[in-house]
Amino acid sequence: MKLNKWISAAAFAVSSLLAPASMAADEPLKVGFVYVGPVGDHGWSYEHDQGRIEMEQHFGGKVSTTFVENVPEGADAERVITQLAKSGHDVIFTTSFGFMNPTIKAAKRFPKVRFEHATGYKRSKNVSTYILRTYEGRYVSGVAAGMTTKTNVIGYIASFPIPEVIRDINAVYLGAKSVNPDVQIKIVWVNTWYDPGKEADAANALMDQGVDIILQHTDSPAPLIAAEKRGMMGIGQASDMSHFAPTAHMFSIRDVWAPHYIRTVEEVMAGSWKPEDYWGGFAEEILQVVSVNPTLPEEVKTAISSSEAKIKSGQFHPFTGPMKDNQGKEVIPAGKTLNDKELASVMWYVEGIDATIPK
Amino acid sequence: MLKTQARLESSKLMSWLSPLIAIVLTMLVSSIMFLALGINPTTAFKVFIIGPLSDSYNLGELMVKTTPLLLCATGLALCYKANIWNIGAEGQLLVGALVGSYFALQANDDSGYGWLAITLLAGAVAGMFWAAIPTLLHQLFHTNLILTTIMLNYIGLYLLLWGVHGPLIDPEGFGFPESAIFADALLLPTIMEDGRASISIVLAVVFAIGSGIILYRTLPGFQLRVFGSDQPAARYAGYSSKFIIWSVMLSAGALAGFAGVAEVTGPIGQLIPQVSPGYGYAAIIVAYLGRLNPFGIIFAAFFMGTLYMGSDLAQIELGMPTAITGLFQGILLFFLLACDFLIHYKIIWQPNKSNSQTAPVSTKQGAA
Repeated sequence: MKLNKWISAAAFAVSSLLAPASMAADEPLKVGFVYVGPVGDHGWSYEHDQGRIEMEQHFGGKVSTTFVENVPEGADAERVITQLAKSGHDVIFTTSFGFMNPTIKAAKRFPKVRFEHATGYKRSKNVSTYILRTYEGRYVSGVAAGMTTKTNVIGYIASFPIPEVIRDINAVYLGAKSVNPDVQIKIVWVNTWYDPGKEADAANALMDQGVDIILQHTDSPAPLIAAEKRGMMGIGQASDMSHFAPTAHMFSIRDVWAPHYIRTVEEVMAGSWKPEDYWGGFAEEILQVVSVNPTLPEEVKTAISSSEAKIKSGQFHPFTGPMKDNQGKEVIPAGKTLNDKELASVMWYVEGIDATIPK
Repeated sequence: MLKTQARLESSKLMSWLSPLIAIVLTMLVSSIMFLALGINPTTAFKVFIIGPLSDSYNLGELMVKTTPLLLCATGLALCYKANIWNIGAEGQLLVGALVGSYFALQANDDSGYGWLAITLLAGAVAGMFWAAIPTLLHQLFHTNLILTTIMLNYIGLYLLLWGVHGPLIDPEGFGFPESAIFADALLLPTIMEDGRASISIVLAVVFAIGSGIILYRTLPGFQLRVFGSDQPAARYAGYSSKFIIWSVMLSAGALAGFAGVAEVTGPIGQLIPQVSPGYGYAAIIVAYLGRLNPFGIIFAAFFMGTLYMGSDLAQIELGMPTAITGLFQGILLFFLLACDFLIHYKIIWQPNKSNSQTAPVSTKQGAA
């Protein structure tokens, strides 16, 4: 054990002496990615991998990337993250909520490696978090759904009762209500991020209850395909899902991670990286409305682009007071908007949503 | 027509050689696959087999990965030796993790090792209870153990999800489905300075050796083996089938339940929805790879742990996609089990004249 320790200490000393020299010799910066799903999931992990590829291309030969896919969120995650750090990766992106505590633990062992964890709330000296302002896309989706629905009932396939999802349900409802005062929203909880079978069942159950527009907070194209079969409409999530349902697909809200990955790597190269709580949305072009169906009525298309522009320019924030929750309690006072910290703890439904958050 | 026939005598030499033959065949076949992908086979084998053993951190992690496999497989082997088809290790593990977490969350930093012992015991008892349900149903109504144990795996999983989304959720966790992190006093003591390997691997090896001694050196073990290979003979000898079935099922449940609670109080340190990536199912392969002999299972569990870890390392160091690492594991397991099968069976060619004569008739009938 002692000898072992001495050797590793010596190795560490040598490698830290060599590090600046090897940097100067144009050693590429090594960037690692940990994905919860397969890169071929057509949703969440797929878009992170697109971001990785684009980032690597952006830097030419100055960056080399590695990814590990299908990493279970259990005891294995910490090992995979640690092994990436051990094998000389300078920046590591862990892209699923379940990697939060494993990332924090691995980061403690490797204080010189920078870690970025998506969607979590724990940070440390060398751990940043990054998250999308998905509620901006949901508001636009709500506007489009509210204008298009004929039954005045829109449906939401929800994953887990966490603030991100609750916030987005509110944003959809607020968007829909702004153009259609009679609109109602029905919510089904599926307790999964990715399960095509369950998602399709949920979509069908919603349509059986009179829903004609399906929105989803899950990653598979199954709900859109179910809507296509029954002649209803839906909105794609995370990636461009237009080719799965050419008629039913209204548009997709795409996660575009490349700008964030490029910026982070630039900061690390320049030595200016600091742990932060990063939120990106329309303004950062990290969230985009893509593949608007050309068959949509002109006024819907216009409403989509104008509500997107309004949010992008900062002229409008979906969570602006006065706002009450569905128990009648004031949650945002007049003239105020929610800041990021408040957004991160939204656990109430806005006035008008006829549902309760599952406990 | 190709047929399999049991050999009159299984070769002792071959039973030693078969794993080696399997490994050579795997290397040949997977070399072709690696070459086709433009990966140097020597590098690939080095990463897969040597990588997990290369330094103290990886060795520790190998123990972490091996522990639940070894615990579950030991219990399953006892059942399978007695010809009792328990597929329920996964559910027993999950329920052990859930109940153990409940106890762990009642503790605080001042709780001593006594509380940890209670937590571990609770997990094992919970796994035992989960195994008792199908056993009782089997005793009372002669239900099929394969089906009931599989079904209870799903019920166990949903029970765990309910716990982690409901009563055991971290109140300060922003609604994310995770429990609070356990107090330090409730974490298993580690056995290496660097890494997460804990005393649970020591216990797992001790349990496996103990099971091996009971199985091969004691009267109950002898009864169990007789019962497994010839039930009427065991009955004739007056061995109690009730005692044998209950004892193997409850032991398997306790071991799997302990595996579950050792995961949450060990490498994970809290209750999360994904406690197990399918250890209870992988343990079935481990049990057979170890030829249902607890001593063999110790090696089999470390071997499977090496393969799983090697597959992560291959992704990191060689950029191999999971589909390929999975294929490599599949090829190896296929050859190992096939070579083992051929020790006891031979494949013979049996020309069947009467069959070939009747064939045209049946075609005619089909046409009519």
